Amino acid sequence: MAESNSASTIPKKCGPYISSVTSHGMNLVIRGIVLFFIGVFLALVLNLLQIQRNVTLFPPDVITSIFSSAWWVPPCCGTASAVIGLLYPCMDRHLGEPHKFKREWSSVMRCVAVFVGINHASAKVDFANNIQLSLTLAALSIGLWWTFDRSRSGFGLGIGIAFLATLVSQFLVYNGVYQYTSPDFLYVRSWLPCIFFAGGITVGNIGRQLAMYECKVIAEKSHQD
Amino acid sequence: MTLTEKLRETISRAFYNHGLLCASYPIPIILFTGLCILACCYPLLKLPLPGTGPVEYSTPVKDYSPPSSEQGPQQGDPNERPDWYLGAPVAYIQQILVKATVSPWRKNFLAVDVFRSPLSRVFQLVEEIRNHALRDSSGIRSLEEVCLQVTDLLPSLKKLRDLLPEHGCLLLSPGNFWQNDREHFNSDPDIIKTIHQHEPKTLQTSATLKDLLFGVPGKYSGVNLYNRKRVVSYTVTLALQRYDSRFLTSLRSRLKLLHPSPNCTLREEHVVHVHFKEEIGIAELIPLVTTYIILFAYIYFSTRKIDMVKSKWGLALAAVVTVLSSLLMSVGLCTLFGLTPTLNGGEIFPYLVVVIGLENVLVLTKSVVSTPVDLEVKLRIAQGLSNESWSIMKNMATELGIILIGYFTLVPAIQEFCLFAVVGLVSDFFLQMFFFTTVLSIDIRRMELADLNKRLPAEACMPSAKPMSRSQRYERQPAMRPATPHTITLQPSSFRNLRLPKRLRVIYFFARTRLAQRLIMAGTVIWIGILVYTDPAGLRTYLTSQVTEQSPLGEAGLPPMPVPGGFLSAGDTKLALSVFPSESVQRSENQTQQQREQKEALEADQQLWAQGLERHGGGQPEPGSKAEVTWGVEDEEIWRKLSFRHWPSLFSYYNITLAKRYISILPAIPVTLYLDPQEALEVRHPQEANRYHSFFPSSLGKLEALDQPREALPKLQGHQDITLYKVAALGLASGILLVLLLFCLYRVFCPKTYGQSGLSHSRRKRGDLPCDDYGYSPPETEIVPLVLRGHLMDIECLASDGMLLVSCCLVGQIRVWDAQTGDCLTVIPKQGLRRDSSGIFDYQESWDQSPDPQNGPEDSFDGSHPLKRMLSPLLPPLFYNQPDLTSLIDTNFSDQAKGVGPEPRHRAACGRHRDTGYDFSRLVKKVYEEQSTSNCMNFAGFPAPPGQAAFCAGLSCGAGEGGCSARRKSLGDEPFAGFDKSSPVSAWSGDLESSVWSLDLQGNLIVAGRSNGNLEVWDAIEGSLRCSNKEGQSGITALVFLSTRIVAARLNGSLDFFSLETHASCNPLQFRGTPSRSSVPSSPMCSSSDLIMCQLTHTVSCAHQKPITALKAAAGRLVTGSQDHTLKTMGLASGGQDGAICLWDVLTGSRVSHMYAHRGDVTSLTCTTSCVISSGLDDVISIWDPSSGIKLYSIQQAGVGLGGLGVAGAPGPGACVWGAPIAGGSLLPDGGCPGQPARAPSSAFPSQLGLCREHLCGGEAGAEGPCEQHGLWGTWAALGAVQK
Repeated sequence: MAESNSASTIPKKCGPYISSVTSHGMNLVIRGIVLFFIGVFLALVLNLLQIQRNVTLFPPDVITSIFSSAWWVPPCCGTASAVIGLLYPCMDRHLGEPHKFKREWSSVMRCVAVFVGINHASAKVDFANNIQLSLTLAALSIGLWWTFDRSRSGFGLGIGIAFLATLVSQFLVYNGVYQYTSPDFLYVRSWLPCIFFAGGITVGNIGRQLAMYECKVIAEKSHQD
Repeated sequence: MTLTEKLRETISRAFYNHGLLCASYPIPIILFTGLCILACCYPLLKLPLPGTGPVEYSTPVKDYSPPSSEQGPQQGDPNERPDWYLGAPVAYIQQILVKATVSPWRKNFLAVDVFRSPLSRVFQLVEEIRNHALRDSSGIRSLEEVCLQVTDLLPSLKKLRDLLPEHGCLLLSPGNFWQNDREHFNSDPDIIKTIHQHEPKTLQTSATLKDLLFGVPGKYSGVNLYNRKRVVSYTVTLALQRYDSRFLTSLRSRLKLLHPSPNCTLREEHVVHVHFKEEIGIAELIPLVTTYIILFAYIYFSTRKIDMVKSKWGLALAAVVTVLSSLLMSVGLCTLFGLTPTLNGGEIFPYLVVVIGLENVLVLTKSVVSTPVDLEVKLRIAQGLSNESWSIMKNMATELGIILIGYFTLVPAIQEFCLFAVVGLVSDFFLQMFFFTTVLSIDIRRMELADLNKRLPAEACMPSAKPMSRSQRYERQPAMRPATPHTITLQPSSFRNLRLPKRLRVIYFFARTRLAQRLIMAGTVIWIGILVYTDPAGLRTYLTSQVTEQSPLGEAGLPPMPVPGGFLSAGDTKLALSVFPSESVQRSENQTQQQREQKEALEADQQLWAQGLERHGGGQPEPGSKAEVTWGVEDEEIWRKLSFRHWPSLFSYYNITLAKRYISILPAIPVTLYLDPQEALEVRHPQEANRYHSFFPSSLGKLEALDQPREALPKLQGHQDITLYKVAALGLASGILLVLLLFCLYRVFCPKTYGQSGLSHSRRKRGDLPCDDYGYSPPETEIVPLVLRGHLMDIECLASDGMLLVSCCLVGQIRVWDAQTGDCLTVIPKQGLRRDSSGIFDYQESWDQSPDPQNGPEDSFDGSHPLKRMLSPLLPPLFYNQPDLTSLIDTNFSDQAKGVGPEPRHRAACGRHRDTGYDFSRLVKKVYEEQSTSNCMNFAGFPAPPGQAAFCAGLSCGAGEGGCSARRKSLGDEPFAGFDKSSPVSAWSGDLESSVWSLDLQGNLIVAGRSNGNLEVWDAIEGSLRCSNKEGQSGITALVFLSTRIVAARLNGSLDFFSLETHASCNPLQFRGTPSRSSVPSSPMCSSSDLIMCQLTHTVSCAHQKPITALKAAAGRLVTGSQDHTLKTMGLASGGQDGAICLWDVLTGSRVSHMYAHRGDVTSLTCTTSCVISSGLDDVISIWDPSSGIKLYSIQQAGVGLGGLGVAGAPGPGACVWGAPIAGGSLLPDGGCPGQPARAPSSAFPSQLGLCREHLCGGEAGAEGPCEQHGLWGTWAALGAVQK
């Protein structure tokens, strides 16, 4: 797994003494940074997908407009993903039930792909009405959970995240801080919780995978000692 | 049995049978699947290729009416009518094509006069169009009512705000450059600059503003200083919202009336509808690219898990092919059954792949690989399949279920996706079962074969490999076959990275990944791609023209492709020349002349101007030619020559997308303008006259010069195809030449034997090989080990000093080999000795009948061998030179003594013959004698696998007693001279009842420790016993031979120290009066004539509580490892010249240190001056400081027992630890020095590896530091030698 992630190789490179001293804190920080960037990246890409639906044709400076309009959205998503990604393995540890289901990077990649696909579907596919959209997305999200997670804690946390995030975004919108690009407000509200749920599961998956790597490093070290 | 179990069993059995089928007939099945894939993909040919080019459809302009927006019953042939032709178009484009010229042309006109006055007329024309109104019965209809009203430009296009119309009719003309203001135009000193000010400086990808406003491609407009024809053409482009035929007709007729075009032959019959596909912008591209990146990451991580196969890449490729072709099959099948894909294939493709997944393939591979290796390939495949059958079926059912649920969402797009996914899943299953399984079976078979080839010389095992091989005679079933012999995994060692400076690590990282080369390569490829793309005569133009002419309903008279020659007149001559330097290649020889002329003209030579002027003046009549504006086919539908992004980009400025919509282009209205010279002079700008006056002659000269190539143009066009072919052929030839050259270079610089070097080669080359110890390893080479054959039984121990290799097998036979050549130098005991003893039953298959009668002692024949008759297969001549071993086998069954006690390492299949054994000798004596006189070939005809058969025979022999003990008998029939303890007389005991447990070698002396406690010193070259010591009773488990001292560790845990004393005299008591053979190079210590005395100098009675298993000496210290889990280091400092050894005493503390080393037995031990390295049964390698006894490092080996250790290289900090794990065979560098891990062959005798390694590498690698692989492989060679 070492080559999968540039950041996760760092603890390995520094010697056993350094890594033993700083291992836990460093690992946490590194994982947080990795998750943050993953979150930012996903937010940007998915934002683009959503914009596509509503704007017919793009002016050449669409990228700059994305960055200028609500610059704080990607960092927020990044932070959220870092928190969620760290929360999942932490919760696993505290509940004492380590997550064993499909712990490999290919599965994580598959999960991310499905998540992007759900976003894609919500952005590109024309649904008859919002209820249909909601139901479809909900089914897809739960399918995602079933395929890649299957842990009760993950489900619960996902639900919680979805609820919280929806609440926060509604709050922001009501206060006029943020505006949806879509004129149809209900439309957005119908898919938002599902997307948040799926996103939580996905990021949790990534976070668990990263955390598993840390566990491995620590285990190796204990062997060496 | 529940239904599930029944189902499970059925599925499992079906899969098993299927696996058998696939593995049995791989080639037909692969062919069959290939045919299936092709058949299923056949319908795909009908699908249009994906592309973003616009599609055209034309309808007659007569009684045209916009199509209805519903797809009703269509009039006319529905096939002709494309499905996008629904509803009104976004806009109707009406172009008024203006061709203007100044006529008659006067010689004193400036170049700028060619277009200034024609352009000035555009304002008037635009006014006319703008003010045109149709007056009829229904009232007055003006342009404003029918035209396309546009609003704001996009905010980002502020700089174009003055140039493009806003809030009004979309009416474009060149006049827009001057805000449709004649005054602006008149006061503009430099028209060209104004026109070109918005031209992009860089890559032109889409329509430029000049193209937009002129409505014709730049080079057709004629607005440049080198316009030879002096005809300027431009269009007034009008976008109409509604189609009002009467209005348009009136406009057309009015314009024609005002500006008649008498010789215009433009057809005005068809409205062309152009449908634009969805364009992929960067905003859409990013998510798409992201999904593809995720897809590739998924594939990468999935295929990375494929392991333990012959070709990882091959299997990964097969997996990807499986998934991709299943998708293709699914699309093809869906198309076949009438479902046309409407989704964007590129977008949903990654999701389809992810949904279908590579998991099954991986699971299959893993399952097959994890089946027992020694099974047949067929059975392995079948077992692997059936093991995973249930989970595969379950997964598939689940996925199908999920997808079917998706199908009931009733969203058309999702339904379509699900349909594709279902068909894809099923076809993927089919392909997995047939294609991938078969490929896997082929791979496994290849792996087995390769494995066999690699192992055959070493072990010569596995009868299935070469059934008729002669080496079969010595074959046996591998008793201890490692479970995973194929891949030798390197355990990650964190120590390796420790001592490296960062910069070195970076450098080695670069070197390892060849980052720089790859980057440069990628950069070059991209650069070439950009060059090709931007080449004005190259790909882009070609593509553009192709795309523009893509319409299947395109008119017959398609304009010819622009030829490179035309570029010279197109303004930017410099660009054309610089980017397209090979232009001269494309021209035939007679044209290059003109080309040169043309270039000269371009150089603006003063003389040429004058000449041109003269020629011009002479050639042309004074009043100037009456220029004629001609309308030809090339003017028809001039918009086709525009970029296919022309219209989309125009509309996108107003935020109107043409994606998935269409526009209708009405036939252009031709307008011809003739301007008289007076007018041209009037509009001339004063500055212009000054500026261009000097330039004028030159431009004229250029024009004249340019005339010639233009006239040669038709010919050029004719040649165009041929030259293209020529260039292609030339390029191909040069490419082939280049490849050949590179190949030759490769052959020259790289030796032919690269990668297949044998032992000797590797040894010679070892100094030259680029091998560093920092992680950069040279490509591994496979080295065929040198096989040393001759031992008949398991190798008990072996020793080497680099030149010689001494091995001893269970029989007690010691062989001395030349480590370099592999020749057997000496066999101890010697052949000539007459023995009849030792009834050793196992491995009767290896009974050898010597062709040499004198080597075959008579007494061995008196006991005849029924087994020999039964079991011996064809006697290979190859082994005729092998020693006669019949002497070692006691055939005198009737005269059997009781066997001695069982020996710990004895093989299970040895049977002790019962006392009342049948006297075979009498029974088969006759038969045997007959055979012995006849040819050995008589034994042919027993094709039974000898190894097994013999084994069985051995078992049957021992079955009577049921005991599994070795029966050894010492007859001691040789009348040896009297020997006493530590006698200098080489008392040949002739005793085989004790086996050799330990060996060491120095110079030409071999020290052998026997199980009965005897210590024997042999001459390696002559094979004679030099001396013997029989003081000890307990078996010698380990031996160290240092210059004149011998340390022997005994089974009871005691240590004995011996010293060798040499008497340089010919002792009369010398054994058998061996004559001194001076030719034999002897060790510095003693020559063969010397008498050697072996004396026990000291004994440490209880060095360890348990048997000492390992004993090493270095730097004056002796380290012992024992089964009591401890390591002890003893001082070995020599005292006086007599070689007395310092007393080792636990009580007085001369025991230097005592280390509790391992939780398990100490199995192996090695030491250098700087460190002691031990390994134990607890899978830990520990490295100690010998003086202090502090553990420096320990290395945990996951799960594999370390069999042997060796320290290679120079003593001191450059030492390496190499471990030979029993299962894997990976070698670890230790923490003391960064070492390069190398591969050790996993062998049946890993415990000997380290020992042998140490000697070989230590002796030969010398100060080179860590041993590289060749040393190791050399070791292997030596090892293979004694493994038969």
